[in-house]
Amino acid sequence: MSILNCVLLLFLIICAVAASFSKNLLNSVLIFMGYSLIMSVVWMLLESPDLAITEAAVGAGVTSVLFFLTLSRIHSIFKNIDDKSDKEDENYEE
Amino acid sequence: MKNKLASLIKWIKETKEFYNSDIYMREIHENPASVTREEHLENVEKVRNIVYSDKNKQEKTMEAVYRVFAVLFMIFFSVILVLTVSNLPATGADNNPANNEVAERYIEKGLEETGATNVVAGMILDYRAFDTLGESHVLFVAAIAVTVLLRLDKKERDPKDTKIRETISEAEEADRIFNTRHDTILQKVALLLVPVILMFGIYVVLNGHLSPGGGFSGGAIIGSAFILYLNAYGFGKASNVFTEKIYKRASVAALMFYAIAKCYAFFCGANHLDSHIPKGIPGHILSAGLILPLDIAVGVVVAWTMYAFVAMFRKGGF
Repeated sequence: MSILNCVLLLFLIICAVAASFSKNLLNSVLIFMGYSLIMSVVWMLLESPDLAITEAAVGAGVTSVLFFLTLSRIHSIFKNIDDKSDKEDENYEE
Repeated sequence: MKNKLASLIKWIKETKEFYNSDIYMREIHENPASVTREEHLENVEKVRNIVYSDKNKQEKTMEAVYRVFAVLFMIFFSVILVLTVSNLPATGADNNPANNEVAERYIEKGLEETGATNVVAGMILDYRAFDTLGESHVLFVAAIAVTVLLRLDKKERDPKDTKIRETISEAEEADRIFNTRHDTILQKVALLLVPVILMFGIYVVLNGHLSPGGGFSGGAIIGSAFILYLNAYGFGKASNVFTEKIYKRASVAALMFYAIAKCYAFFCGANHLDSHIPKGIPGHILSAGLILPLDIAVGVVVAWTMYAFVAMFRKGGF
């Protein structure tokens, strides 16, 4: 059990450092998502399942979705999609 | 006297300032010269070259100083934090400050007094329901703040009104990247997963007093099911079910119910009073008095708030 704990905590530290040092914002968000998932496993090992469920749902789920949406709004995910998507999507108008 | 009158008249006519100098009006350019993206980038590069040229050595030295100070600061705080953590008492030791009569009472008499098998639910929704009410309101205030910041009012752009930042139709246009009306894989998977996630979320909410989970976590799971549905089918289908009217009514009604159900705590100094609802048999779904309805109220607020956040982020409205 203690080996698993050590590995998880090591992963936590690596994820935390990597999320702040990653140049690509999308990668940062993905690493942060992984951080939350590992954190929820750690909560589970600390015998607090309530927190584990909340961490998995909020930290890994909703927060990352909000981060993705923000990245898309500031045009950080897709670089040149603005010109293409308009023309493509006109065919799909209902 | 005459002088002052003359200057007052001039001031009213806007040709001279009241005390001494002439009024200087900057010329207004009707059509500011439009700059293409390439020119803009060139300008940015020019400015950057001027700012960070060799002449401006001060900036460079200051940058180096900032870096050194940042590293020193980081080392300083890491040492303090590591020292603090190393002096903390061991996890689960007998003489920890957390092991006092409060926790003892929660664990020993919690089941008897609240009727909840899950001690955590008994704690946060019975003994400390007052705090949880505050937490729900914090979430509600956060949702209001997001609405104030991101909500878009105008449907179409009016050329006369220059203050509009973005309209709803423009936000929808920008949202097209996420338009997945023709993504069959996502839609089929969502068709399978959304009911399962919804069922699990409802299970977590309804069993908050029996097993791990409760209003907040269950509400977040239900909210993520809503978000998956929205991402798979787009606003066209989702707005049939999720409207602003329902959002307002559901969240306000849930918060009002919570506040009314627990308002006696306001009047008796947050003391615990009997709610006169039968406790039932511990372990049954209809037990633990007020905890189950309160869980449902919190779940409704959280689920709708999660969905509202995503809708606001994507197109500034429902």
